[in-house]
Amino acid sequence: MAQIEIKNFNLYYGSFQGLKNVNMTIKEKRITSMIGPSGCGKSTLLRSINRMNDMIEGVKTEGEINIAGNNIYDQNIDIDVLRRNVGMVFQRPNPFPISVYNNVSFGLEVNRIERKRNVIDEIVQKSLESVLLWDDIKDKLKKSALLLTLEQQQRLCIARVIAVRPQIILLDEPCSSLDPHATQRIEELMMRLKEDYTIVIVTHNMQQAARVSQDTAFMLLGELIEFDKTSKIFTNPGDKKTDDYVSGRFG
Amino acid sequence: MIKLNPKLSQKFAVAFLFCATIVAIIPVVIIIFIIIKNGYSAISLEFLTAMPTNGMRSGGIFPAIVGTLSIVFCAILITLPIGVCAAIYLNEYAKDTLLTRLIKLAIVNLAGIPSVVYGLFGLGIFVMFLGFGVSIIAGALTLSIMELPVIITTARGALNSVPPAFREASLALGVSRWQTIRHIVLPNALPGILTGAILSIARISGETAPILFTAAAFYLPHIPRSPFDQVMALPYHLYIISTQIPNMPKNIIFATALVLLMMVLSMSLIAIIARIYFRKRRKW
Repeated sequence: MAQIEIKNFNLYYGSFQGLKNVNMTIKEKRITSMIGPSGCGKSTLLRSINRMNDMIEGVKTEGEINIAGNNIYDQNIDIDVLRRNVGMVFQRPNPFPISVYNNVSFGLEVNRIERKRNVIDEIVQKSLESVLLWDDIKDKLKKSALLLTLEQQQRLCIARVIAVRPQIILLDEPCSSLDPHATQRIEELMMRLKEDYTIVIVTHNMQQAARVSQDTAFMLLGELIEFDKTSKIFTNPGDKKTDDYVSGRFG
Repeated sequence: MIKLNPKLSQKFAVAFLFCATIVAIIPVVIIIFIIIKNGYSAISLEFLTAMPTNGMRSGGIFPAIVGTLSIVFCAILITLPIGVCAAIYLNEYAKDTLLTRLIKLAIVNLAGIPSVVYGLFGLGIFVMFLGFGVSIIAGALTLSIMELPVIITTARGALNSVPPAFREASLALGVSRWQTIRHIVLPNALPGILTGAILSIARISGETAPILFTAAAFYLPHIPRSPFDQVMALPYHLYIISTQIPNMPKNIIFATALVLLMMVLSMSLIAIIARIYFRKRRKW
């Protein structure tokens, strides 16, 4: 079970409260999107799910986030193991300035998850296949990843995450630096990946949330205003503020 | 106040700023010109590879060249690893506490201490207290302490220029902080660290005061056998032959200055070429 259960979760940047008592349960093998105006806390919440906020100085949290029944904010949680289980793809494609192959094998090799070369080769191929990149770049594996197009780079970043075999993939506005065609293809990829992974995506783009996700969370000023089936959020929201936002009256 | 029309005042401003720039480079050009003009006649293979003779009034400056190279080599060997480690700690690990702010402040201030103070410090600690005597190792330690803040500062700059997105991506793959530094941050910061180190070598090659009491010998026409030997050094040798030796041939003084200058300039040139090379290869 890879469902994410967020319970009474608060987050503070120093004295500023970034997240206010968030409660939600993200179901597994679905795409859940988080929408809301800039600064509403949706990225902060996303980054709380693999504890990327730990890197920011002065961040304090209260409450729990349970993944497969374990509170990831427990004292004895191994953060590196957590992050292998909960992968993350960022706003701008950020492949390492090394070869395509080494980008995908990086997590496996550095963490010594796998040592046998033929097994690593196989995982690299499978990961690139699952993001539909293998056929395009199987002859360019030794080339620098920075020579790829932005869309290919973003696919590579997803493959790099998949290679360490996570159960959950977090995407932080993964299409915001891509053109509409590339965006469409990445969205198709996400819908394929939800068969195997629990996907949470933060997006500025409401149409994108409506197209790809089954569940949608609407956030405002650090609070989770409404969390429901995507169809309900966009057609018949229960909260006036959600209605105002999805119908474009503010935001 | 006369009001010039904007076009004209723009022209005046550019001309004035340009003149200031020219003033900055004129002394350099003149110094290099005078040294080459007066010194080139004494430069020969023998001058570079022979022992000084006749009370240093003839022969070569080989022991001074070897002495300077060995002091500088030992100094960079000591200061580079320590400096890079400190820079990694400060840049990658240290939280913004009162202690780290004090450390950063101390590093900035250490860089402003006059070099003769380092020389006296080295005399007290390494030569006398630790009993190394006037030696290569005492001079190298003194120079490395003097250069440490510079190395730390340039290395921090190099680490800082590695995009945070690389670190984030690596950490998000469940790679530990140290492995991220080792496999992602350091390889990408290495060019910057190396050019900084080469420039440091150039800088400390010409330093006189720190080695004055700690390493340099007045006249010692042989090659050092161990790090605990005293050596001649180019900057100090230059000071001696220009002030302490009567009837010193002018061209030998200028030739010695020329050798020192060339050593420093070629080091800087290597750093510049390395920087251009790495910048071209840099892929982000």
